[in-house]
Amino acid sequence: MHSPVQESLVQESLLRWIVLLPLLGAAINGLLNRRLARPVVGAIACGSVGLSFVLSVVAFARLASLPAEARLLTDIVGSWIVYGPLRVDLGFALDPLSAVMALVVTGVGFLIHIYSLGYMSHDKGFARFFTYLNLFIFAMMTLVLGENLLMLFVGWEGVGLCSYLLISFWFNEEANAIAGKKAFVVNRVGDFGFLLGIFLLGATLLPHLGAGEGLFSFRTMQHHANVLAPAATAIALLLFVGATGKSAQIPLYIWLPDAMAGPTPVSALIHAATMVTAGVYMIARMNFLYVLSPTAMQVVAIVGAATALLAATIAMTQNDIKKVLAYSTVSQLGYMMLACGVGAFAAGIFHVMTHAFFKALLFLGSGSVIHAMSGEQDMRVMGGLHRKLPVTFWTFLAGTFAIAGVFPLAGFFSKDEILWKTFSSDVGGVPLYAIAFLVAGLTAFYMMRLVVLTFHGENRASAEVRHHIHESPWTMTLPLVVLAVLSVVGGWIGWPAFLGGSNHFEHWLAPVFASGGHGAAAAGHGAEALAHGAAAAHGGGHGEVALERGLAAASLVWGLLGLSLGFLVYSRRTKVADSMRNLAGGWPYRVLLNKYYVDEAYDGAILRPGFRLSKTVLWKGIDAGVIDGLLVNGTALVVAVVGSLLRLMQNGLVRFYAWSFSVGVAVFVVYLSLRG
Amino acid sequence: MVLTLNHFLALAAVVFVTGMAGFVVRRNAIVMLMCIELMLSAVNIVFAAFARHHGDAGGHVFVLMNFAVAAAEAAIGLAILVEIYRRRRTVDVDELKSLME
Amino acid sequence: MPFITDHILSWVTFLPLAGALLLWTVVRREGPARWLALGVALADFVLSLHLWFHFDAATGVDQFVERVAWLADGRISYHLGMDGISLMLVMLTTFLGPLVILSTWRAITDRVAEFLGFVLLLQAAMLGTFFARDMLLFYVFWEAMLIPMYFIIGVWGGQRRLYAAVKFFIFTMVGSVFMLVGIIYLYFQAGSMDLAAFLALDLPRQAQLWLFAAFFLAFAIKVPLFPLHTWLPDAHVEAPTAGSVILAGVLLKMGTYGMLRFAMPLFPEGVTTFAPAISVLAVIGIIYGALVALVQPDVKKLVAYSSVSHLGFAVLGLFSLTPLGVAGSLYQMLAHGLSTGALFLLVGVIYERRHTREISEFGGLAHGMPVYATIFLITTLASIGLPGMAGFVAEFMILFGTFDSATLVHGRLLAVLAATGVVLGAIYMLWMYQRVFFGRRDNPKNEGLADLSGRELAVLLPLVLFMFWLGVRPGLVLDRIEASVAHVMAPLAAQGMTPPVHGASLEIPAVELPDGQGRFVFAKPEMR
Repeated sequence: MHSPVQESLVQESLLRWIVLLPLLGAAINGLLNRRLARPVVGAIACGSVGLSFVLSVVAFARLASLPAEARLLTDIVGSWIVYGPLRVDLGFALDPLSAVMALVVTGVGFLIHIYSLGYMSHDKGFARFFTYLNLFIFAMMTLVLGENLLMLFVGWEGVGLCSYLLISFWFNEEANAIAGKKAFVVNRVGDFGFLLGIFLLGATLLPHLGAGEGLFSFRTMQHHANVLAPAATAIALLLFVGATGKSAQIPLYIWLPDAMAGPTPVSALIHAATMVTAGVYMIARMNFLYVLSPTAMQVVAIVGAATALLAATIAMTQNDIKKVLAYSTVSQLGYMMLACGVGAFAAGIFHVMTHAFFKALLFLGSGSVIHAMSGEQDMRVMGGLHRKLPVTFWTFLAGTFAIAGVFPLAGFFSKDEILWKTFSSDVGGVPLYAIAFLVAGLTAFYMMRLVVLTFHGENRASAEVRHHIHESPWTMTLPLVVLAVLSVVGGWIGWPAFLGGSNHFEHWLAPVFASGGHGAAAAGHGAEALAHGAAAAHGGGHGEVALERGLAAASLVWGLLGLSLGFLVYSRRTKVADSMRNLAGGWPYRVLLNKYYVDEAYDGAILRPGFRLSKTVLWKGIDAGVIDGLLVNGTALVVAVVGSLLRLMQNGLVRFYAWSFSVGVAVFVVYLSLRG
Repeated sequence: MVLTLNHFLALAAVVFVTGMAGFVVRRNAIVMLMCIELMLSAVNIVFAAFARHHGDAGGHVFVLMNFAVAAAEAAIGLAILVEIYRRRRTVDVDELKSLME
Repeated sequence: MPFITDHILSWVTFLPLAGALLLWTVVRREGPARWLALGVALADFVLSLHLWFHFDAATGVDQFVERVAWLADGRISYHLGMDGISLMLVMLTTFLGPLVILSTWRAITDRVAEFLGFVLLLQAAMLGTFFARDMLLFYVFWEAMLIPMYFIIGVWGGQRRLYAAVKFFIFTMVGSVFMLVGIIYLYFQAGSMDLAAFLALDLPRQAQLWLFAAFFLAFAIKVPLFPLHTWLPDAHVEAPTAGSVILAGVLLKMGTYGMLRFAMPLFPEGVTTFAPAISVLAVIGIIYGALVALVQPDVKKLVAYSSVSHLGFAVLGLFSLTPLGVAGSLYQMLAHGLSTGALFLLVGVIYERRHTREISEFGGLAHGMPVYATIFLITTLASIGLPGMAGFVAEFMILFGTFDSATLVHGRLLAVLAATGVVLGAIYMLWMYQRVFFGRRDNPKNEGLADLSGRELAVLLPLVLFMFWLGVRPGLVLDRIEASVAHVMAPLAAQGMTPPVHGASLEIPAVELPDGQGRFVFAKPEMR
């Protein structure tokens, strides 16, 4: 039943196992749960993800062995929704883009599974935790490897569900449950847009579909990109609404900071390294659509830059170690969106990868700290931990330098590439570049603030807590070390041309992002933007190389400056920090500390009125009042009144009945005779 | 004087109205029963008159059947009245209205 | 066994009735009565499997047809048939049957045989309604459904059971009466009560409008469509668990089934004229039901209002007038039957233990009842249409069909508005879940509650299994209904599904009855 197009593809049944193995693990642990010993649970969970990683590597190798333009493996398991012209397959596909994501997800996922063995070792819900975690990997891999947009959506919702389950993992605390629900609901608001985007896309594409072509298959969509052109802006923006939910962009970023209520490995895996980058992945996946609409690209870029700035400013004032990292994540996701918006999809994905390394590292490091501090998350009572937690400290520092963009750590390459592409693109230009540049400095500053407050100086905790401080077990430190190494060297595969490298990463992804130009060129839209992107990708002329080097140096210096300032202010000149807090009567600080009061605004503007409307107007008013009270019971009342009037006639007097009868007959007879 | 159909019909009308008036006016259930019989008789007269007029025996058949119905009705009615009288000690229909609701 | 297979539809329909009669007359003791009812329901399910496996998906015409002249020289006949649409709803009914009976094991202790008899009678009536291809026969089954349900609510219900039962009865009755008038009118037009004869009629536009309105009212009340829905929350809250499950699982689908089977193919002009207005009502129902569900303090009432919302989707799908939307609507009927049926069962489980359904009474139940909490969560997710579960396929097809509808004016806007129902669904369901299961277990009454028993698991697991199965392999259903949906919609397609002409005034059609066909003559007596 496969179309000729599909038959030409390389079938690779390996792919389904990459996805299904974690599901199998989840099923076993979920069903047997407490009947299994903890080590068995751990082995099943880690083993399934580890195996999935190995399979990903194998698949990656197979993919790499193919010629660049033919790098696509598919695995159609069966048909899913087939009705009339609508055809959606249940299938998976691996191309260079999804290969990168698959490796990151299973690789980092595996490390975090290992870490969780130690972190969750004392928890009652050990098996439940690993069930959810495996389920998450399953959903995320469905998202990444899905052959069509609807499969991606399945994974998209699936990761949202796992996120919900894991945020409210410790459901004893109402606050955790509320945070989980908030995450799910806010994501659903985004999915609302996503779904409409899918509908619009489908409705636009449906009439042009060839026989046997899957409607939402990425290949089909790419093939017919030219028909999508007229609706491209609307589709792209609707899909982007979904991305703002999942990837925590303005205006739907509010759930991510609250999501930190979940166990720290969850924050690292889902809310830093993998799930939240799904929006970026989706846009990169749909690049052939986005390049058709300069407007949509512009919106993506602006939202990304604005989010980066907003979150970075908030991160500077937070006291909860995980909250700082959460806002940092939002900010970095803004970077990735910015990259996609300016057409530098490869740079965006590059940052997804490096960010996965160092942000997972930072979160796991913070987890190690929290573990040592007996659950304390407030940095104001930490300090001086670098002596007691040496491994955590050094790896954390590596992560900090990486995110601050210190050469030659991973963050430098990806961040610099985004900055440069922003600067050199028409969509970005100097204004967005300026914002991104500013954010880079802020990032370095608040990260150093975090390091200083946590690890430097004297410990400010109670004696009781201080007594228990200890370095974490090897299951927790090993992933830290591995991730630290990756945070250092992980960026080297994208060593840019202007520094004498050949940027393997970009070349690897080039087929994915170049093929989008096919439809674009055919449609005659956005071809210019694409050409520009292509030019930028190849480094441009000599003058540009010099400029690129100059900007890179500037951002490096700027990052180092931020780090130094952060160190100075919070370790030596604490009075400066105080005076910053009290600047202009202290209100800027308060606004930032309270996250611009956005939550309160949503609450007051949408949630409360919504509830009041539902309860007083709709339920009590319309349902019970108008419909039931007035219409239904009103009708009943009329019937009752008429009935009671008629009842008067039934007085039990036979002679009255006889009279009525006689009169009635008489009237009738008279009528008939008169009528003639 | 030749008795025409109209004479019979007039007689029937008189009998019927008498019965009806009695039924409406009187309160004694036995008298009311008798009035019903009167009305039935009026109907019988009409049947018989028309049967004769058309030369069709069907009307006579109906008269006979009416007799049977009237007899049965009177028997049951009287039986009920006797029973009511035993329980209530009255046959005044204005007193008998417990079926009002 | 040709003895059975030649009259398979009759067997499937009347086996439960036979069971009911046995329960009312011979098997009166509680224990045997339960096993007998369960056995009959299971046997009926097994019989219906014959339909599933011998059904020919390639054609949309009725299969397994039985036709015997009944009244009026064969103008009215005992005519049963089954196409893919009926097949799905029949399977849903016979599948839920044994589960419902099993769920009453502990819940019903008073007049058990009578109760189970009514449940079986109801099942027979529902199955007959799905099979009937003669309009009088259909109407008989349709009305027959009312009686057992009336007793189930009115005798075994909660505090305000009489109010709820009477309200249910009158609401449904009022609608049915108009439909009866419509049926009788059509009978005189066609000279036969057979559905095929009705379909062959070429009715004038005005007649179609009025007849459609009459039929639609009956079905809309049953669905129930906003604003005719207020009987539903009362009926659900007062009905015993088994009653709620049947009500939500199958009975509500009678409305959408009726629209699809009768109102739409019989009166294509009426459909195209009213579809814009009806689809607006459906969307209002979706959003309105969800918002009202949000603020309900009673779990069961919340689920009841969620039904209003979910069935709004079903109606919207039908009146998108696209094959995709209609098929999605049918899928929604199945998905809703599974998920909402399971939700009512789950609410029943906790009601049996705590004798309350107030959300505020609960909290932290996940602590003591992990299995219950897990199954409840899965059902909740199925109800809010998580991809991979049945509801998603349905909502996707409906919304996509509506979005893509060429007939419906503002189809896209309606799809957008309806899609907000998906967001709201997540809010009210998860919020309820959070309040019932998460947080601390601070109400001492909630301690020491037993987790699901083996029997309860046996009731719930098949439902959960199918929620997933239908979510992953919708082809199971879609392949079997495609031809039938096309067949049913053929009159609409023939009509070209042109958008309605606006501004057409409504006039009562001139009723011209053919002479001598049993009409009530009130002619003047002729004096000679």
